[in-house]
Amino acid sequence: MKTNIILSGVGGQGILTIAAVLDTAALSENLFIKQSEVHGMSQRGGAVQSHVRISDKQIFSDLIPEGKADLILSVEPMEALRYMPFLKKDGWLVTDSEAFINTSNYPEKKDLFDQIKKHPNHVIINATEIAKAIGNSKVANIVLLGAASAIIPLSENSMIEAIKKLFQNKSEKIIKLNLEAFAEGKKVAEGITNLANS
Amino acid sequence: MHNYIVLGDDDKDRVIPLRNIKFKQMKSLLLGNEALAQGSIDAGLSGVYAYPGTPSTEITEYIQKSKLAKELKIHTTWSVNEKTAMEAALGMSYVGKRSMVVMKHVGLNVASDVFMNMAVSGINGGLVVVVADDPSMHSSQNEQDSRFYGKFAMIPILEPSNQQEAYNMMFYAFDLSEELKLPVLLRLVTRLSHSRAGIEVKERRDPNDINLPSDTSRFALLPMNARKQFDLLVNKQETLIEYSEKSDLNSLKKGKSRGVGIIACGIAYNYVMENLGDDDSDYSILKVTQYPLPKEKVKALYNHCEKILVVEDGYPIVEELLHNYFDDNDKIKGKLSGDLPRTGELNPKLVGKSLGLFQNEIAPIPSVVTPRPPQLCEGCGHTDLFNAINELIPEIGNKNVFGDIGCYALGALPPLGTINTLIDMGASITMAKGAADAGLENALAVIGDSTFTHSGMTGLLDAVYENTPVTIIISDNSAVAMTGAQESSAVGRLHKICLGIGVHPDHLKTIVPLKKNHEENVEVLRKELKYKGVSVIISERPCVRLSRDQKEQIKARIASLN
Repeated sequence: MKTNIILSGVGGQGILTIAAVLDTAALSENLFIKQSEVHGMSQRGGAVQSHVRISDKQIFSDLIPEGKADLILSVEPMEALRYMPFLKKDGWLVTDSEAFINTSNYPEKKDLFDQIKKHPNHVIINATEIAKAIGNSKVANIVLLGAASAIIPLSENSMIEAIKKLFQNKSEKIIKLNLEAFAEGKKVAEGITNLANS
Repeated sequence: MHNYIVLGDDDKDRVIPLRNIKFKQMKSLLLGNEALAQGSIDAGLSGVYAYPGTPSTEITEYIQKSKLAKELKIHTTWSVNEKTAMEAALGMSYVGKRSMVVMKHVGLNVASDVFMNMAVSGINGGLVVVVADDPSMHSSQNEQDSRFYGKFAMIPILEPSNQQEAYNMMFYAFDLSEELKLPVLLRLVTRLSHSRAGIEVKERRDPNDINLPSDTSRFALLPMNARKQFDLLVNKQETLIEYSEKSDLNSLKKGKSRGVGIIACGIAYNYVMENLGDDDSDYSILKVTQYPLPKEKVKALYNHCEKILVVEDGYPIVEELLHNYFDDNDKIKGKLSGDLPRTGELNPKLVGKSLGLFQNEIAPIPSVVTPRPPQLCEGCGHTDLFNAINELIPEIGNKNVFGDIGCYALGALPPLGTINTLIDMGASITMAKGAADAGLENALAVIGDSTFTHSGMTGLLDAVYENTPVTIIISDNSAVAMTGAQESSAVGRLHKICLGIGVHPDHLKTIVPLKKNHEENVEVLRKELKYKGVSVIISERPCVRLSRDQKEQIKARIASLN
């Protein structure tokens, strides 16, 4: 088993929290992990990505080779497309539809969605809206993780336990919010595509 | 089943095989930087000295946060710059304790004076210089390769390929340093520094006791002593190579095929193995993670194979050496031959291509995607400062603003476009001075508070000494912001420092960069730009990324100074 996941977004959008859930869950399943992340200048409102590699065998490269990602999980639609060279032909692209516009030449959203839809295996959900409905737009990242959970070869239980573990020092309310976000994302994604059979 | 071991929540019982622990006890995987930091603590460190710099910062931060380090009373406070850090590390080594000095690659330029000379004096307690290089310049102004510095100073260099090696190597590095009585350079690259993996930890050993050097004359580098020491260093080189030949860190595996032989250095080994996959039996590989280069192993590989591919992240230092060993010939491939790119970091695709193995069909980035460069945070005080300067640009000229290293360097990018230069720590003041000396009117320097204390104070004295007509803005956000808002040693001291250096009190001004003060601030700047001497304007507003706690701590520190 080897899974390559690219997490993408804009600095500050919480992709490292998704990475931490995946790491913790994979660790609990006794798997090998390598997970690279971006620190420093790019974190300031720039494009950021994290390469998460999970395997039952030793992993060498910290970077996913181009064309070898099973999943791009993006918290922002343009950032999903930035890493298309990494995605396998039959890999999945799961993204929030909510644009983060902090540049003057941000493209038309429709053009972005057209491009995303060209890739056969895609899921576009408005995770930010779903998160708001649950109670806080900040958990959009966990909504997306829930949406992609069916295509991540980690058990749902270990991801849920990982969320509990990561937020154990926060209030009950925050733990509950994140667990709800995960569940809601999963439900919404199941509604729009038959992910589980992919 | 492999034996994954993670760090427990309590530093005291850190070693817990995963299969035996409950999920709750788990901490996290470690970044390469954190693995190295934990390794240094476990290997008997007494003090870490550092100035923050991406990608090296998390090493020192990890030790600062470690409960175990606190119990062991390991020194962890940030230094003012890399030179003061390295000198302090040398002082700790002088009394016999193990010390580590940590920096980004360009920091080694700042510390190069002591670096070169402590190779001559030698050390006492183990001393490891950890330098994180930044191939591809993710967060830097160049991609210099620190291995050149190690070679220049004629000391051993270690270059881990993964997080576990980074952990393990700290034990070996201190031992090697103490055995050879030389500092050891440990080179990281961004990709290892900032990537996580599971780490197996060893039994901790105690720090050294104080044990002063038996003969201190080697630390007094007067010419007569230095000559003796330099002879010793040169004569040690054969020993260093012998160590490299024997070291487990340099492994030669001869493959079935006599075709291509691969020399894989540090992290490049991962990219090679990623491409070879499960069956690497055909290939001959020399994995190099200790230098000087093991010449005999290199020769053995060279003689076994028709072609040698050198895979190294950074400059083609090993490839050049091979041309040196075997005369220039086209059997040696790498960056100089064009098989791998000369600039930027390596990755699995580039290495795969150089091996003729990469065949994935790659989709392009859709043309609709536009760049998203980093930018100043919303509400950042630097932005208000730049807006004030920009208003004066029509009056002073649009090429007069000399910038420096820090978040405010982003002021060189649109839409602000205020800053014209960005070279090295402290250069804003001294470049503005040189330009003013040449006759440029309205020379304006913008420097951060921490950059000012790192390398700006001496330049200010140059300007004060000649009363050069320059206007210097210290954009004081009370933090080393770019690297994650670490403590700035400038906090609460800037006014006194400037007055002490000799800035005239009438031309030491303070502004608060807020929208509501815009007109007033522009006026202060305009007035000081007209003054034909040294003006310093301290633009004072805390970094927006500081937490409430951090702000309180800063207030307390300032109060304790007064």
